[in-house]
Amino acid sequence: MADDPYQTLGVARNATDKQVRSAYLKLAKTSHPDLNPGDAKAEERFKTVNAANDLLSDPERRARFDRGEIDAAGHERPPPGPPPGQRTYRDYAQGPSGAQYSPGFADGDEHDLGDILSGLFGARARAGAQRNGADRRYSLTVGFLDAVRGSTQRLVLPDGGGLDVHIPVGIESGQVLRLRGKGQPGDPPGDALIEVDVTPHPLFRRVGRDIEIELPVSVAEAVLGARVTVPTIVGAVSMALPAGSDAGTRLRLRGKGVPASGQQAAGDAFAKVRIVLGPPDEGLAAFLRDRTDAPDWTPRAGLEDAA
Amino acid sequence: MITIEALELTITGLRRQDVEVLIAQEVVRPAGQPGAWLFRDIDVARLRLIHELRRDLALHEEALPVVLHLLDQLYDTRRRLLRLRAALEHAAPPEVQQAVADRLADGGP
Repeated sequence: MADDPYQTLGVARNATDKQVRSAYLKLAKTSHPDLNPGDAKAEERFKTVNAANDLLSDPERRARFDRGEIDAAGHERPPPGPPPGQRTYRDYAQGPSGAQYSPGFADGDEHDLGDILSGLFGARARAGAQRNGADRRYSLTVGFLDAVRGSTQRLVLPDGGGLDVHIPVGIESGQVLRLRGKGQPGDPPGDALIEVDVTPHPLFRRVGRDIEIELPVSVAEAVLGARVTVPTIVGAVSMALPAGSDAGTRLRLRGKGVPASGQQAAGDAFAKVRIVLGPPDEGLAAFLRDRTDAPDWTPRAGLEDAA
Repeated sequence: MITIEALELTITGLRRQDVEVLIAQEVVRPAGQPGAWLFRDIDVARLRLIHELRRDLALHEEALPVVLHLLDQLYDTRRRLLRLRAALEHAAPPEVQQAVADRLADGGP
């Protein structure tokens, strides 16, 4: 309880009694252990919040704390709840005796697992009766380039077996591949449903069929133009950066996006110019400072009107 | 099980007439009969919680039955989940338990 009670409740040191009370009620409701049985840390938070409130809601003790005469830990009232060693309502309500206050949706039948869970086991039992195999669901993480270019990956199954999965060109996160007959055995056997999760790439970003990459260029390259090497998903290519390429300019590399597949044509790659100042450049600074023919221009013209 | 007199001594500040109202509303359901109620451990713990909700958390009188009804549903669900977990631990082979745990950790359906 050595924490600052003002910080615990999230109030200013000059907060009014009403602000303290309101902050306390808000925190107490989200930390009362019987109201938050799934939160293991609730009880500890609840004690801290109560201790802080006990101190700050008593004007005399609050004043003494502010003057530094007592510390936050010194005067802790026993926290609410049962006396030490006794069980809380939570303990009873979660145990077998809790059935006494069951709302009764299951007609008092403690052996019914409720609509959600009994549905799960009911479905399993029916599928077994028909003898056809159930589908099995798996998830497979695929690297960005493998997903864009297509590949074959081996999925390791929980039983130690494996499945070779053909990843089609240009697959995206969330798409589900169906492998017929690779699910649970039966007559007919079920299918394997494989949900694909594509990991992001540090350089490339996919936008539909196109692929974007950020291209850092120096001030000199942006102003004067240059030949630059740009990585693409099929290797590095050399391209001309036109003179006067502003930040944000997108340069198109035709056909270097997601490769053509089926009916869909190949996408394009776009290099997006990002101007980088680089290390301090005293010569450039001196030139900019001393020049007398700079155009009268501000990049922020019209910004205030728009806002 | 304890009588209503013993109950008043157990929970400081709890008033007898409030308890009678809660029983009439069926928010608390002790054993025994009118005039001779007998409170089980869970009834005492429930009354202590109700007392705290009112006194410490300033819960409105009208909201109390709703809050308790929602809490009862929450604890119902938690009891069922605990039963399911116990059943899985008892009946499912370790590799199924592992597969279920992995699936849940993945955040998958």
